Amino acid sequence: MHIIVCIKQVPDTTEVRIDPKTNTLIREGVKSIINPFDMYAIEEGVRIKERLGGKVTVLSMGPPQAAEALREAISLGADDAILLCDRAFAGSDTWATSYTLSKAIEKIKDYDVIICGKQAIDGDTAQVGPGISAHLDIPQVTYVKKIEEIKPGHARVERMTEEGFEIIELTLPCVLTVVKEINEPRLPSLKGKMKAKSLEVKVWTSEHLGAKLEDLGLKGSPTQVVKIFSPPAKVGGQMLKGEPHDIVEKLSHALKDTVLQSRKI
Amino acid sequence: MSIRIILDKCVGCKVCIKACPFGAIDVIEKKAVIHFEKCNLCGACVPVCKFVAIELKKETQKKADLSGYKDVWVFCEQKKGAIQSISYELLGEGRKLANKLGSKLCAVLLIGENLSEQADELGHRGADIVYLVESHRLAAFQDEPYTKVLVDLINEYKPEIVLCGATSIGRSLISRVAINIRTGLTADCTGLDIDPEKKLLLQTRPAFGGNIMATIICPNYRPQMATVRHKVMKEAPINKNHKFQVIKKKYHEDDLHSRAKLLEVVDEISSTINLAEADIIVSGGRGLGCADNFKIIEELALTIGGAVGASRSAVDAGWIPYSHQVGQTGRTVAPKLYIACGISGQIQHLVGMQSSETIVAINKDPDAPIFKVATYGIVGDLFEIVPLLTKKFKEILK
Repeated sequence: MHIIVCIKQVPDTTEVRIDPKTNTLIREGVKSIINPFDMYAIEEGVRIKERLGGKVTVLSMGPPQAAEALREAISLGADDAILLCDRAFAGSDTWATSYTLSKAIEKIKDYDVIICGKQAIDGDTAQVGPGISAHLDIPQVTYVKKIEEIKPGHARVERMTEEGFEIIELTLPCVLTVVKEINEPRLPSLKGKMKAKSLEVKVWTSEHLGAKLEDLGLKGSPTQVVKIFSPPAKVGGQMLKGEPHDIVEKLSHALKDTVLQSRKI
Repeated sequence: MSIRIILDKCVGCKVCIKACPFGAIDVIEKKAVIHFEKCNLCGACVPVCKFVAIELKKETQKKADLSGYKDVWVFCEQKKGAIQSISYELLGEGRKLANKLGSKLCAVLLIGENLSEQADELGHRGADIVYLVESHRLAAFQDEPYTKVLVDLINEYKPEIVLCGATSIGRSLISRVAINIRTGLTADCTGLDIDPEKKLLLQTRPAFGGNIMATIICPNYRPQMATVRHKVMKEAPINKNHKFQVIKKKYHEDDLHSRAKLLEVVDEISSTINLAEADIIVSGGRGLGCADNFKIIEELALTIGGAVGASRSAVDAGWIPYSHQVGQTGRTVAPKLYIACGISGQIQHLVGMQSSETIVAINKDPDAPIFKVATYGIVGDLFEIVPLLTKKFKEILK
């Protein structure tokens, strides 16, 4: 089995703070991490390899420092790493990102399954996984919480829904996007760390991909950001004080109308 | 597209550094320097520079002929034949946009059988046209055939705007559709409007875990497509006198081929209501101490007709299944009322619930971050407050 795992290096949003005076993001000292959902994708890829043999290739599009994320993936058990890095990729929206990744996957060839995290925590779009499968014209299952069975040409997976889950059978090659519930990612092994140090991350540019320049980066992106602003601050919060009975009295009075209008029986 | 600093004008004031959401600007020797490997060309720095020292040149993209595109479309989700409430919310928002554009509002429904009633329902919610596609192969959602039908319909009728719910179905389907159509798609919008001059759809969404908001346009491709989060828009009212037309489309079964096959649908009804749909959510966190104590959360939820949520630490401790988790790695919710019990309010939790209309926080730590987003904050013992609240509401709602 050849498993390709697509990952993204993201700022650790848990460390992002807002400057209360200017209402802007404070990014100083914010670490870059592998998108948390991609950690589950890497782990699942490595588990498939351990069961069936084969190899795991990790793929990322980003600036030169994203190579660190790829090295970390190697330390977690991946075998090969490719970074798509080119000024021509800058400003990509989800259309251009999934196009660029799919061109790289076409170049890699001979893959059985592509695994992505369900979404990245900086953009939260959840569009790149399905985008890749649409560009490659292969089947997809999103929000996968369990791979029940996988073998060359065939897989059966559980897909999380709002009410529970679905069991879906599909042909390979395919794209699977995974949720947190699928596994518990391991820590890097010593052997993995050594390998990560010595492995050369391959760097591919737009020329390597043979991609059309007008489909890359900002030029290839149908959407454009026209404005960025801070969300309106929450106002009007109040602390309820006093004896528990008084607090509950006040609170139930304040919530009564909302509860009466909204409750479902 | 290119960006540069006009060095003669730059005074090194550093305002642009703070404006940059990507940390791509530094001031070196009193002049701003853009790190191109980090810059996303978003342009957030341009308007904040008082000295007009940042120049962003936009190359015009190839212009397609956009004149033939009209009408606002809503993809209406159904499960087991029941229209999902997100569809009514989209019709409510779609109506506003259609009125601003002076165009029609259309609903697209893919469904298996017994369809006339559901189509009428959409008409009564304000759709001027309902496109209806019938096949048992479309009865339950599957990516490939649903994509095929939606792409065909969009190519045939050329809508100007297509809206879809940011649900597990919507996010999966519409991404695939947008790629095939070769157009832009903005995920999880919390605000939609029409630019009065250019008539473009202004799509506003949170990014960076809700720390910033971005407004996005799709000027050169059609349709303009967006997904919208649950409970953000108001449902369209029912008007049984609204006149509408139903257009049925027929497909041959062989054209609805899918390489993925749905074998089974498993509903896990572990609490009364599904989180995304709930108008009231009562959530428990680490402060509960053990799985057994979730009973008091469940009892309050049951009493006031809400769903049960949980913080990540409660889920990780194994006190309650993952499907109840609210937050960045769980579900994003925006109910009318959110009651957080024993939840400190890590940023990952806050981004998943801070859009709730009214937030009640009960925590014994007065410095807990949850109080910053709370409408009503109570510093106290949840084991005392919550049962009292349950009792009180039992009286009120009797």
